[in-house]
Amino acid sequence: MSLDFIQTRRPASATSPLADARRRRQRADPRGRRKWTGLLYIAPAFLVYVLFVVLPGLHTVYLSMFNWDGITPATWAGLGNYRAVVSDPLLRGAIEHALVLIVFFAVLPITLGLLLAALLARHRRRGMTFFRVIFFLPQIVPLVAVGITWRWMYTEDGAVNQILRFFGLARTTRAWLGDFHLALLAVGLIGTWTLAGLCMMLFLSGVQKIDPALYEAARIDGAGTVREFWAVTLPGLLSEIRVALTVTIIAALASFDIVYVSTNGAPGNQTTVPGLLVYRLAFTDERIGLAAALGVVLTGLILVVVAAISVGIRSEA
Amino acid sequence: MKSSRLESAASYLVLVVGALSTLLPFVSIVLASLQPSNALVSGLHVPHSLNFDNFRQAWTAATFGALLKSSVVISVTVVLLSVAMATLAGYALATMRIPAGGLLFGMFLVGLTLPVELIVIPLYFDLRSFHLTDNYLGVILVECALFMPFGVFWMRNHFQSMPRELIEAAEMDSASPRAILFRVLLPLAGPSLSSLAVLIFLWSWNQLLLVLILMQDPSKRTAPAGLGFFVNQNTSNIPVLCAATLIVMLPVLVVYLVFQRKFISGMLQGGIRG
Repeated sequence: MSLDFIQTRRPASATSPLADARRRRQRADPRGRRKWTGLLYIAPAFLVYVLFVVLPGLHTVYLSMFNWDGITPATWAGLGNYRAVVSDPLLRGAIEHALVLIVFFAVLPITLGLLLAALLARHRRRGMTFFRVIFFLPQIVPLVAVGITWRWMYTEDGAVNQILRFFGLARTTRAWLGDFHLALLAVGLIGTWTLAGLCMMLFLSGVQKIDPALYEAARIDGAGTVREFWAVTLPGLLSEIRVALTVTIIAALASFDIVYVSTNGAPGNQTTVPGLLVYRLAFTDERIGLAAALGVVLTGLILVVVAAISVGIRSEA
Repeated sequence: MKSSRLESAASYLVLVVGALSTLLPFVSIVLASLQPSNALVSGLHVPHSLNFDNFRQAWTAATFGALLKSSVVISVTVVLLSVAMATLAGYALATMRIPAGGLLFGMFLVGLTLPVELIVIPLYFDLRSFHLTDNYLGVILVECALFMPFGVFWMRNHFQSMPRELIEAAEMDSASPRAILFRVLLPLAGPSLSSLAVLIFLWSWNQLLLVLILMQDPSKRTAPAGLGFFVNQNTSNIPVLCAATLIVMLPVLVVYLVFQRKFISGMLQGGIRG
């Protein structure tokens, strides 16, 4: 290992006057010599990261400026692929669907989480472990499995329609994922199911950290549940809300697994998302430049949203 | 206090309804998986007799033996490699002054938000020319790289939270950086390391898009990717499909239930993959 090399070198070089000087300097600033040692510690992680994430990312940007089928020589396309991402109804539709999914992946779960946090704010409960274990379940099972499960739930004979019939709503039953207008909503609700528990638990653990004196003060001022929520709970949860927004919005924009197994973009192209099209365009349609451009646009969108969230919500700053 | 009792009842109601709707899909597939193969199953329906034959059928039809082996090889290697690399890098970033250290850390931070969609296309062509597609090593290296930003971030936070005096005292005894890491800091890092390991294990196990693309050979795919493939061939046989889904879920469920404390505390410390 390269680290052994650093260790053994020290006594050997101690005889030279240069090393003496170096050692003296080292005593004055014990961390001085470590500057370069530090880089060796970072090197493995950094190299792997650069080789397999940073460079491929830049390579995608490069590919996005060509028309290429993966076999014959590529031809220069300039920004043509980007124009197609914006103007082609199929690609633009995928981006629009991803934006709609934000409502289901981010807005709904966070609203539910805040509702629960508001209700439980004053009551510091023990025995939440049981609920916690359950609420985190959708987070840990593979999303492929989640998608297949819901595909079955949403069928004509599935549990969703069964429950609707039970409540006398037989007329609303349908094959949800095959419905031209409601398929995207149905897919979105799978995301809500996956992420709501996470938001709830994130906010509940955040509420525990709010100083109880603030609630006492609010109560003395005669604040009801609603005002207490706006005045104490919500401001106290800003950093958790920021984390939840970032995570859930990225999950919505970069979704692939759930859509791939539940609808694969159908009916028509009503539930296509960018991730699905990147896969399809590059590896089925052999339009690699276009797929790359879509991947770049998706990443740009995510970076903008993440930046907006961290600027928009400045907690404890 | 009347209002307080009302709140309490309402909060329990929300918790119970939430828990039931979380569990409902799981109950639904467990029940369906126990119906006779090829049966026309409807909704939540308790089977007349328990039928475990679907699991055997799914196991052989989707070759889960081989798929699960791939999953285990990939996940375990990714956990070991990435935890080791993240520990070294996190230690250096937290305790040493490094030339351009801020820049390096910033580059890792950007990686927290990059989607797989950005990198898969050139990865396929680049790795193929090095014979790293249809190859465990290719997937392992890419997953290590994907999880590295989070790992480095996590371990740096951990080492920064250690009392400064601990390191200074060891420096007084002229301990080398390596000795400080291995003899002083690592023995205290157990909880952080194991939380990180559990999170990375689950992310690696559940990775789909990357495996679909880098493993074109279906026999080398992981269990979730194999399941995604299987589902398109067995759309009508719901009981077998549900059994297959449960087979893929089971290993992560076991890991989760055993390590749920580690996992949940990891997730709640802002440790959610970006």
